[in-house]
Amino acid sequence: MQTIETEVLVIGGGATGVGVARDAALRGFATVLVERKDLAEGTTGRYHGLLHSGGRYAVKDPQAARECAAENGVLRRIAADCIEDTGGLFVTTPWDDVEFGDRFLAGCAATGVGVEEIEVGAALVREPALNPDIRRAFLVADASMDAWKLAWACARSAVEHGARVLTYHRVTEVLRNGDAVAGVVTVDVRTGVTLTVRAQVTVNATGAWAGQLAALAGCRPVDVVPGKGIMIAMNHRIVNTVLNRCTMPSDGDIIVPIRTVSVVGTTDSPVTDPDQLEVTQAEVDHMLDEGEKLVPGFRKARALRVWAGARPLFGAKEPGDEKTRDITRAHTLLDHRQRDGLDGFVTITGGKATTFRLMAEETMDLVARMASPGTDRPCRTATLPLPDSEPGAYYAVGSRLAQRERHLLDDQLVCECELVSRRDLTEALDRRPTANIDDIRRALRLGMGPCQGGFCTYRATGILHHQERLDQATANRALLDFLQERWKGLAPILYGDQLRQARLDDWLYQGLLDVEHLPAAAGAP
Amino acid sequence: MEDPVRASLDHCVKCTICETACPVAQVTPLFPGPKYEGPQAERFRQPGASADHSVDYCSGCGICSQVCPHGVKIAEINSRARAAYKAEVGAPLRDRVLARPGVTGPMGSPVAPVVNRVMANGPARWVLERAVGLHHSAPVPPYAPRSFQRWARSHRRGAGVHPDGRSVVYFHGCSTNWFEPDLGRMVVAVLERNGVQVRVPDQGCCGLPLQSNGLFEPARRTLRHLAHDLAAGGGDEPVVASSSSCGLMLKREGREILGLADEDLRAMGERTYDICEFLLDLHDQGALDTDFRRLPLRVLYHAPCQQRGHAMGTPALDLLRLVPGMEVVESAGGCCGIAGTYGLKKEKYGIAMAVGEPLFEQVRTGNPDVVACDGETCRWQITAASDHSSVHPVALLFWAYGLEL
Ligand SMILES: Cc1cc2nc3c(=O)[nH]c(=O)nc-3n(C[C@H](O)[C@H](O)[C@H](O)COP(=O)(O)OP(=O)(O)OC[C@H]3O[C@@H](n4cnc5c(N)ncnc54)[C@H](O)[C@@H]3O)c2cc1C
Ligand code: SF4
Ligand code: SF4
Repeated sequence: MQTIETEVLVIGGGATGVGVARDAALRGFATVLVERKDLAEGTTGRYHGLLHSGGRYAVKDPQAARECAAENGVLRRIAADCIEDTGGLFVTTPWDDVEFGDRFLAGCAATGVGVEEIEVGAALVREPALNPDIRRAFLVADASMDAWKLAWACARSAVEHGARVLTYHRVTEVLRNGDAVAGVVTVDVRTGVTLTVRAQVTVNATGAWAGQLAALAGCRPVDVVPGKGIMIAMNHRIVNTVLNRCTMPSDGDIIVPIRTVSVVGTTDSPVTDPDQLEVTQAEVDHMLDEGEKLVPGFRKARALRVWAGARPLFGAKEPGDEKTRDITRAHTLLDHRQRDGLDGFVTITGGKATTFRLMAEETMDLVARMASPGTDRPCRTATLPLPDSEPGAYYAVGSRLAQRERHLLDDQLVCECELVSRRDLTEALDRRPTANIDDIRRALRLGMGPCQGGFCTYRATGILHHQERLDQATANRALLDFLQERWKGLAPILYGDQLRQARLDDWLYQGLLDVEHLPAAAGAP
Repeated sequence: MEDPVRASLDHCVKCTICETACPVAQVTPLFPGPKYEGPQAERFRQPGASADHSVDYCSGCGICSQVCPHGVKIAEINSRARAAYKAEVGAPLRDRVLARPGVTGPMGSPVAPVVNRVMANGPARWVLERAVGLHHSAPVPPYAPRSFQRWARSHRRGAGVHPDGRSVVYFHGCSTNWFEPDLGRMVVAVLERNGVQVRVPDQGCCGLPLQSNGLFEPARRTLRHLAHDLAAGGGDEPVVASSSSCGLMLKREGREILGLADEDLRAMGERTYDICEFLLDLHDQGALDTDFRRLPLRVLYHAPCQQRGHAMGTPALDLLRLVPGMEVVESAGGCCGIAGTYGLKKEKYGIAMAVGEPLFEQVRTGNPDVVACDGETCRWQITAASDHSSVHPVALLFWAYGLEL
């Protein structure tokens, strides 16, 4: 078995993990990150997409509000290329208490969340689809943030500073050296090859899986309750500003315009296993009903896809016995030496995607004291922009269309919905060879538009087959896996336009291509 | 409420039917096609920002919206996007001039002989092309020495028209007024022959050329003005239009493309008829005089794209078939390419000619005595490209009635 040595080992390739890895690498630590799947395939890639202004927590969770407000400003400086500056509105719908607006303003003032109450008419001019019966409107600095772009930019920056990032490496064992954690054993889920990583300090950044991982280390139970939330992406941008209900946080009270879609969410219910997140018809209906309150006619728009994520909520007693919504959204950093007498091991969990950088900074402040006591290695992530990001240069929804227009004549479209060209695809494969179309999806948004892979999956498979020299059975497996993956998000929302689309896609794949009978390699584990 | 034109993009299932029907996408790679420009690109568009320029190659013919089996308002989405693009880059002088026949008409008409001589002069046209981008071979009709409105003001009600009988408002459009006043006179004569009283209020442009050149704000003002003019001094008589594209503007494009929600405009749209539609309605009610004389002509009838946008079938074809001796064939070629002012422009002339080629070829080989077509710019294009004369279908009815100007 191969062994590698490092100073800092990070487990988990979500926002928190890549944030820690970048922070560690920038402080000059030898760093390795292991992730069992692809980067941001856990909660980070399944979140609502909102870079919080802090408004949402201004009344209920002042600490979370304060942290979000500060980090919002920091990320706008260092990660502008991952952010669309949509702005956000908190609105009082007929279902909400008008007085809450005053508490909201007071809460914002107390926590440093920038806010301005505007005329209802002005809000309606800005967002014509908004419910005309709203009674108050407040403008905040909410924005939408592309989690995949963010995770990859952090990882790239970490790698540029010497870190190693190992995706598809699952931690199966935590190595102990007496009262200290000495590293982990991982298995490459694609090849089955095992690898030992020895480290001075191991950071458990596995989010909702942090309890499972801590159990492998054999410390006292880490009480993380996965809080399931569902979201539905609607086919286009019905609004261009983040819309929040001005009320205590509740289900389905936010619509986030991100990239080409508008996402309504979310719910919050405790579950036992973050890998088992079922979406029920009742939840879908509930989301659409709530969406309708913010945007009349919402139900008639085309639902594109539904998915669920698991919040890493720390400190609830046990699943089932209380609403997870009441747990703080601020994060938890555990020093297991203090807590369990277990050296070289820390857990960082909870929090928000918005506060990932702060979480990483606090984690690395602790890790730096453990790994190189007495030396001063300050955090640099609050000021050093990510690769490709310039302060203030946000992305816009039209950026990709503008880029496509420049190559109309010399490049072919592969994914028509999300405007992914053949060159985009081959370049992505050059950067990171893969036999998995879902990896390409996260990198390029391929297959994420209205037809949900109907027209691009077979094209991408052909290019993959050609460029990666996949044999026929492996290429067929890639196609089938991707179709299966897309189908998961469609099944619970099959009505109206999306049902029609699914029928057409089905005719293509079953009727025309007879994919059920393709000779395909066995599925991935 | 979300705007219904934009919201219609949700219905697209990517079947590609529109792509196979778009005449422009078929002849040039510069235009990526209706599916791309409409439901696909629209997802990347945001109010107040324009990210794409290729949409300017959409001719606005509207065929895509007609063929989409799922109800995506593709052409309408494209028009909006073109307007956003023009708002960002600014429309060239040429487009702003072509877009205002209601302004240029009164300037050109009085000096018709001079202007016409310039426009018929080869070298002068090259200079114009170089200077403003108006293609030197583009079909530009000569100004008439006397406008239709001047004629109409002095016109007395025809014999046999009862003052208490049916009456209509005639919306003649700019081209009839400035270029083809005889067509207007024929329309009036044919209606009066059928006992219909025709009112011709003073009126301006419908705003269509402004709209198709992406100049929405002035287009809105112009259309509102027109609706006001047509309503002046009248009740709720039907409005009859002899230009199929301008009629469509009143019927629905003003609302759907320009987004005008005015109630009076909607009401006027509902009582607006294409002239052939109106005459065929008369026939259905048994009120059309079918006492036509024999007219042994071989006619090729071409329904313009905008005519098809009325979704009223082909009333002209049905009417012409009432004329004894007339042999009428419907064209098989799709669009003639001109699409209003599109084919006049230097950078689009070649595309427009290529789009129309199957139609021109049918005219050349079929060699009819005359081409009948409801759209004025289409007639000019067909005549210029195929060297065959073309007329409005009503002109044939006029002759078949044995009427004279
Ligand atoms: C429904 C929902 C909506 C949300 N919306 C927002 C929002 O709008 N704005 C916001 O700021 N925050 C939001 N959040 C919170 C935010 O998404 C999370 O707090 C954040 O993404 C957590 O990141 P993370 O890196 O800690 O966890 P994750 O992204 O889950 O990363 C943990 C990683 O660890 C990996 N892992 C697990 N076990 C192992 C193992 N044995 N070996 C190797 N790797 C392992 C997992 O595969 C995973 O990739 C939302 C959360 C949910 C659930
Ligand atoms: S015809 Fe309609 S549904 Fe088909 S691709 Fe075109 S816009 Fe989409
Ligand atoms: S309006 Fe005509 S030219 Fe424009 S996309 Fe539709 S079919 Fe093509």
